[in-house]
Amino acid sequence: MLLIKCPYCEEERPELEFRNAGEAHLVRANPITEQSDEDFAAFLYFRQNPKGLQFERWRHIHGCGRFFNAVRDSVSDKFLTVYKAGEPRPDMQPQLSPAPAELPVTKRSPRTKKVEV
Amino acid sequence: MRKYSVFALAREALRAHKGWDQQWSSPEPRPEYDVIIVGAGGHGLATAYYLAKEHGITNVAVLEKGWLGGGNTGRNTTIIRSNYLYDESAGIYEHAVKLWEGLSQDLNYNVMYSARGVMMLAHNIHDVQVFKRHIHANRLNGIDNEWLTPEQVKEFCPPINLSASARYPIIGAALQRRGGTARHDAVAWGYARAAADRGVHIIQNCEVTGIRRAPNGAVVGVDTNRGPINARKVGVVAAGHTSVIMNMAGVRMPLESYPLQALVSEPVKPLIPCVIMSNTVHAYISQSDKGEMVIGAGTDQYTSYSQTGGLHIINHTLDAICEMFPVLTRLKMLRSWGGIVDVTPDRSPILAKTPVSGLYVNCGWGTGGFKATPGSGNVFAHTIARDEPHRINAPFTIERFTSGRLIDEAAAAAVAH
Repeated sequence: MLLIKCPYCEEERPELEFRNAGEAHLVRANPITEQSDEDFAAFLYFRQNPKGLQFERWRHIHGCGRFFNAVRDSVSDKFLTVYKAGEPRPDMQPQLSPAPAELPVTKRSPRTKKVEV
Repeated sequence: MRKYSVFALAREALRAHKGWDQQWSSPEPRPEYDVIIVGAGGHGLATAYYLAKEHGITNVAVLEKGWLGGGNTGRNTTIIRSNYLYDESAGIYEHAVKLWEGLSQDLNYNVMYSARGVMMLAHNIHDVQVFKRHIHANRLNGIDNEWLTPEQVKEFCPPINLSASARYPIIGAALQRRGGTARHDAVAWGYARAAADRGVHIIQNCEVTGIRRAPNGAVVGVDTNRGPINARKVGVVAAGHTSVIMNMAGVRMPLESYPLQALVSEPVKPLIPCVIMSNTVHAYISQSDKGEMVIGAGTDQYTSYSQTGGLHIINHTLDAICEMFPVLTRLKMLRSWGGIVDVTPDRSPILAKTPVSGLYVNCGWGTGGFKATPGSGNVFAHTIARDEPHRINAPFTIERFTSGRLIDEAAAAAVAH
């Protein structure tokens, strides 16, 4: 079970309090009726599914109830950082990494090593 | 290939079993093949076997980054059934069950297909309605599936707890008698041996690191950690890593990869005579011929490539198992493990051509691909050999996620399956 830091509650809580809500930073077109089928399918179904840095949404459903974003390494399941919904995406490129040891570690984030599997 | 038979067994018994051949060789890769299959799991090896057997294409390499059958083929709970709701699903899963029935003879390899029956338990009125709908849909498609009363459930599987005071009492079940299990490793080994015998190269410890394309975009080969290998046709059968491989060709997939766990108990004497599934409490159990209780758990909620899952997922499944089978409460669990499953939005697979000429993909089997192994390989081989899908896999395209013509087994069953 993961330990996840909620950026609103500012503490680590067990995964059971959270719901994963899929890939982050997907923007719904406006107006959606003018979007092509291909673009809508890309928004609705097609995913990066990276082996490496995963930008994803979580919801602290059994806590404060709020959505936030996280950057997690999908190979080690370690969180690199969490940030509130609406905050800009951290400057970390999703990339395919062969091993967790080779992951870039951001210096700007104070929460780099917080969360263990 | 020396044929396996009772006479071969007797002959070897008389000479201390020193005459058995290697089941398949490990050749150095050639510079070029007609077809490259990425991934030596059951589906990939079956594809290579049927390419050689039914389409006469024997200049084939199956590339595997780890060891043969070491991914989800060796990590699943070996359940076989074809009682799916929709016609498209019934078509492909029933095609597989029909191949399972003759597979040991076809491969000259005992895959231990055991049609011991798959019983899916109903715990509430919704379950009853859904299963009866499935039964009727299945029978219209010529697939056996029947309704059992609680008394018939108890008769078919005596150790089950029918108590009305259970948290989720059992009020009936759907039974597919032709469903059952097979020996998962033997399926990979049997296909590998039979494919290698027809000239297919199985190359292990060979990781694909890139997909080579001509200026016109068509596939011309792959890069690997053992150097480039040319081929005009490449079939990707990489399960949880499909997104990674397809990304090398610039193709994004409607897939997400999740950890899925399973576990086995210490071996005990024969107790559970069939496969039991419960969607409502989420438990799958059968007993292997070795005597272990084989138990399938659910997926974690987050995507991952870690091949491990959360302990609470296993606990949740064992809670359900212990309530259904109180006799198992003191059984020790021996091993647990995880695999990475590639899940599509409609929980149906993709077996199709891709936007890249010469690149084919067989993926999206999610949490239930083992049962389809022979059928999947059979129609995927057809798709690669003829450059057009077989009638059975024609609906399982990537484009269905753009057109909206989904095969929505997720909505039909409301569970992972």
